[in-house]
Amino acid sequence: MNQLQPIDVSKAAPQGEAFVKVENLRVKFVSRDATVQAVNGVSFELDKGEVLCVIGESGSGKSVMMRSLLRLHAKKRTVIDGVMKVGEHDITKVDERTMQSLRGGTISMIFQEPMTALDPLYTIGDQIAETVRRHEKVSNEAAMKRALELLELVRVPSPERRLKAFPHELSGGLRQRAMIAVALSCKPSLLLADEPTTALDASVQIQVLVLLRRLQKELGMSMIFVTHDLGVAAQIADKVAVMYAGRIVEYGNVHDVLMNPQHPYTRGMLSSTVKGQARDKPLEAIPGSPPDLRALPPGCSFAPRCRFAVPSCLVAMPEPIADGEGHMARCVRVGVENADLRLDDRMLAPA
Amino acid sequence: MTFDIAPATKADLIAEDPRDRGGPAQPMLIVERLKKYFPIHAGLLNRKVAEVKAVDDVSFFVLKGETLGIVGESGCGKSTLARLLMHLVAKDEGSLVLDGDPVGERRGVSLNALRRALQMVFQDSYSSLNPRLPIQESIAYGPRVQGDSAKQAKQKARDLLEQVGLRPNLYGQRYPHELSGGQKQRVNIARALALDPRLLILDEAVSALDKSVEAQVLNLLQDLKERFNLTYIFISHDLHVVQYISDRVLVMYLGQVVEIGPVDEFYRNPKHPYTKALLECRLSMDPDERVDAAPLAGDPPNPVNPPAGCRFHPRCPFAEEVCASKAPALGNVLQAGADKHLAACHMVIAGSGHTKAPTAELARA
Repeated sequence: MNQLQPIDVSKAAPQGEAFVKVENLRVKFVSRDATVQAVNGVSFELDKGEVLCVIGESGSGKSVMMRSLLRLHAKKRTVIDGVMKVGEHDITKVDERTMQSLRGGTISMIFQEPMTALDPLYTIGDQIAETVRRHEKVSNEAAMKRALELLELVRVPSPERRLKAFPHELSGGLRQRAMIAVALSCKPSLLLADEPTTALDASVQIQVLVLLRRLQKELGMSMIFVTHDLGVAAQIADKVAVMYAGRIVEYGNVHDVLMNPQHPYTRGMLSSTVKGQARDKPLEAIPGSPPDLRALPPGCSFAPRCRFAVPSCLVAMPEPIADGEGHMARCVRVGVENADLRLDDRMLAPA
Repeated sequence: MTFDIAPATKADLIAEDPRDRGGPAQPMLIVERLKKYFPIHAGLLNRKVAEVKAVDDVSFFVLKGETLGIVGESGCGKSTLARLLMHLVAKDEGSLVLDGDPVGERRGVSLNALRRALQMVFQDSYSSLNPRLPIQESIAYGPRVQGDSAKQAKQKARDLLEQVGLRPNLYGQRYPHELSGGQKQRVNIARALALDPRLLILDEAVSALDKSVEAQVLNLLQDLKERFNLTYIFISHDLHVVQYISDRVLVMYLGQVVEIGPVDEFYRNPKHPYTKALLECRLSMDPDERVDAAPLAGDPPNPVNPPAGCRFHPRCPFAEEVCASKAPALGNVLQAGADKHLAACHMVIAGSGHTKAPTAELARA
């Protein structure tokens, strides 16, 4: 038992400099009325070629965290603290010029709604070529040729015709593929995907997931994938981070987190996901709704909705506790003897 | 002499409903040969050049107290079907029978009465509420239009807010933008219930919600169904959710019904290749069970110009010559019982000419 000790998630990763390093990231939105604490101390590391899935409900800060990596928030109203490093670039420190060449070049992003993310007035080909020309000194023709190759890469049927199509002429699945093509146009080493399959049909969702996984492997990209669907995470993730109220409450290998969840919130998410439950019984939903980020309570943010909550939960946010394999959870009951929750037996066995 | 007295069944309970006219065995809604073609106008004279066959010859029925799940990819016509049932768009052909009475005919149910009996909950919880009305007034609006006094309508709205789990004193005066997605969808459900409907059409009502909120709303729906004696038509593309909530499932493809059957049988033994592929698209929670190839390639074909024969044949792995030339028939849905499992596929029709079809003798035996 005495092997249990609070450790930093970032240190749970193997030694050596990771490709993406986020340490104690805090993002606050300040306005005259209130201060919204959207991200409250997030740390993680990601190696080259790894896929991290960030899971959480709306309002858990997962998208805000990701947009901070591209510095997409309005400067005036956002306060960002902490360290964000991608490769040799320190995202919090680089000047705006460098940042602009990073966006779309080294780091690029796929958004949830392809219809609003693509420009309705330009053809798909123009939009891909524009990104290529912005980052590389190539002629218009060469950029267009590249656009065609990219459409072939993302398996758009009859790409020559689709190059000249406007976004509204494509189906949801093709539009999302076109957006992936834009994002991949300059061979990014980090791809951020913000719920790219949520707005799609189940049959198209799986096509896009299979495609993304294949491209990620072939191009050797790192990927941070935000979703609220655990089934999607199971399909694509190497590592999973579960976020709640701006903090990572559980982190680990996809297998550990989904098959052996430790935090009550992760367990609640799993049990409330409809998946062949008995039809005559109510679903085990998590009661209540997420906390107001304008006034976060001092203790564990999940405690008010947690059925394992004890008085000590309300005092302070529990420290992260991890086992030897880097599976981490922030819950006071994890690893405590005779509790309902424990990390797996590997760590409980005497050394 | 002893009598076996059966305990009260679902049908008995429904018979006690004072609004019931046709009796417990009369389906709540019968839809017969419903059609809707949207014209496409083009050219200088704005002539009709083509039409989108959004709903093409759809027949089915919904029993009292049951939940009928309708599934299909986007563009298959499931939402148009819902709008046709609500008379939000005019149908081209076909008839509706509500609890034994034909709709829109003399001596039948008037449109006004139909809209009281049928209510709908839409997918986008925000755009379906009036942003300039407090939610309590949004809910009271329907009863006011249908003749309640302001006071009655307000009381009703407050009761309904309570029923869907929102405290009226706290939430009644709020505007839609002050609520979360799950709360807005609860308001939409309350508003749909305000006219005492008998059949609720839920068009992707939980699809836009987070999974944890989705579970809460599904539980609420199950609960309300019993409390208000409701019948549901549940439209969704999430087959996990449909399995949980439905008694029977109907699959649509390009405006047509391709399979219909009781839920357990449907999930255990899907007959149509399209249904099988849809079921394979469900994602597993186990990272070891990853899918390497998408079960369904491409998008559904253009409904303006659907493929000849079976509309699924260009995407079907079992397609043969007969599939391209002849459209398979689903059979008579209205005459088959609710326990029958039907599919429009040449592979299940005896003697259809498909190599996998059962022979005529086998089918008879």
